[in-house]
Amino acid sequence: MSIAHHKESRLVPRLLIGLAVALTLLMVVAPLAFIFWSAFSRGWNVYVSNILHPVTLHAIWLTTLVALIVVPLNVAFGVAAAWAVARFKFPGRGLVLTAIEIPFSVSPIIAGICYLLLYGRQGLLGPWLMEHEMQVLFALPGIVLVTMFVTSPFVAREVLPLMQAQGSEQEQAAVTLGANGWQIFRRVTLPNIRWALLYGAVLCTARAVGEFGGVSVVSGNIRGQTNTLPLHVELLFNDLNAVGAFAAASTLTVIALVALVVKSVLESRRHQA
Amino acid sequence: MAIEISDISKQFGKTQVLRGIDLSIMDRELVALLGPSGSGKTTLLRIIAGLEWPDAGQLVVAGEDWMQLGAKDRRIGFVFQSYALFPHMTVRENLAFGLTVRPKAQRPSAAQITSRVDELLTLLQIDTLGERYPAQLSGGQRQRVALGRALAIEPRVLLLDEPFGALDAAIRRDLRRWLREVHERTGSTTIFVTHDQEEAFELADRVVVMEQGRIAQIGTADQIHDHPATPFVARFMGAVIELPVTLRAGRAELKGVDTSALPRRPLGDGPATLFLAPDQVALEADPASPFLVTAVSSTGKLLRVTLEAPGLPVVDLDLPRLQARGVAVGQNFRLRPLAGAVFSAPRSASPAGLIEMTPVKENIA
Repeated sequence: MSIAHHKESRLVPRLLIGLAVALTLLMVVAPLAFIFWSAFSRGWNVYVSNILHPVTLHAIWLTTLVALIVVPLNVAFGVAAAWAVARFKFPGRGLVLTAIEIPFSVSPIIAGICYLLLYGRQGLLGPWLMEHEMQVLFALPGIVLVTMFVTSPFVAREVLPLMQAQGSEQEQAAVTLGANGWQIFRRVTLPNIRWALLYGAVLCTARAVGEFGGVSVVSGNIRGQTNTLPLHVELLFNDLNAVGAFAAASTLTVIALVALVVKSVLESRRHQA
Repeated sequence: MAIEISDISKQFGKTQVLRGIDLSIMDRELVALLGPSGSGKTTLLRIIAGLEWPDAGQLVVAGEDWMQLGAKDRRIGFVFQSYALFPHMTVRENLAFGLTVRPKAQRPSAAQITSRVDELLTLLQIDTLGERYPAQLSGGQRQRVALGRALAIEPRVLLLDEPFGALDAAIRRDLRRWLREVHERTGSTTIFVTHDQEEAFELADRVVVMEQGRIAQIGTADQIHDHPATPFVARFMGAVIELPVTLRAGRAELKGVDTSALPRRPLGDGPATLFLAPDQVALEADPASPFLVTAVSSTGKLLRVTLEAPGLPVVDLDLPRLQARGVAVGQNFRLRPLAGAVFSAPRSASPAGLIEMTPVKENIA
């Protein structure tokens, strides 16, 4: 009886672990492997020519550009928002806390449509923008705005709990020692939040690079002009160019994998610190 | 630096934390702010530091109006209860912080900073710990670094918030003596907050007792102990036995209590309260006394004797065990206070607070 019980207690964990591994292989690893397998299905030369196709290169460049604009802005926004909420009591503080979370709960497509309604030709600001010859939609500004909206919570969400837990005594100590605001931020606040900040920035980057829904509404999908990588993948796929689509997707996958590695490294550093 | 505090008030939401504080502190004086939690002592300290701003009142230090000066420019040394050391800096970097953030024109050279830090490490008696990080230090060592970091800028006023609160008893005693030495050597005006009266009296030149946002009494250890200004101070100093007495010709009278050791007071006749400390009462056998011993327990050095009398609160006394050999349960004793304080007031305090009920006070040494 006791032996049977012993056997059972080893069987259950093994079954569960086996199930988890099988599901992970089936749902995560297999599609990933399939991307690369398909991308290279016609050989290395076809893969390289697909990647080096000017339209694909432009999509890579545009996606990088959007991330380069969005991530620093959202790092600044995230730190400022976290600082304000963690350090000060002001009317509307609860509202700010909720507002930071909104992009997480709103579908990116809804965000895109909102921008469309706001900046579009028939939109609220459309006529004014037309008058001043500023193009927001179907151009870089629109893509940047939507991506910023979608990725804005990442940094604030990582930094805020840490700042709240640490309290403001170190900063107060720095003030009494004669430090000015910038010195306090650079020498006391920033070193304390650096790992959380980097971690948030990596998450923000990964999301900004991969954003599809919101951008697809506002970009207009103009080949070689407003086509980001995720949109380009869809476009190639719709063109029945499966190999090209998978080649483009492979670049996105590599970016995601790099982000994942950086994220886990940062996570371990953070727990040591 | 002499500090002049006048009529400072502060409110947090609906709570009045400070109610018109007036306090003069002399140059080079070492003053303790003593009181229970919620008495406003830490808020007063933080106002002097510039970390908190009063709703009303004046703060003048060495003739300078500090209400016009932010915390950054007051050049004070503030030691936090939790130390608030910078965890990502070594001890040396922590100590040097206040010097390295100075504007270029006033900043000492790197060599000067190094020698100043060396000096501090010696003064703090932590010469060998300069390259360590705060997480690698003991509580007492962290406290020394926190104090050293504050002293590095040669503060005009040194402020400490419960400086020894988080340390164990032996280290506290050690650090207390050492803080006194540091205070004398640096010659700064020093104010510290504590709820521990022993700490306050041992360390400070003068003690400010605070209660509910007001100053209840200012004085030396002896003055406060022997002449408590209010029932609150008497209680806070350990006179926790309160007996309803009748004042007649300046003497407190109660059946079973022999007050002949207490001097007469210039107080009017009428009801009053006698405050006694448990260790300042002698017992004399007296079958006629209403005080009956109901329990006796030994703590080693002391004997805790519980006495009850009809219509009176239970009295717990702490007697030296050797002096109380004959005391046993079931016997009647007369109380003979050696010291105590009398406040002529009804025993049931007015809801406005005890402090208001004591225009007249009397003390017994």
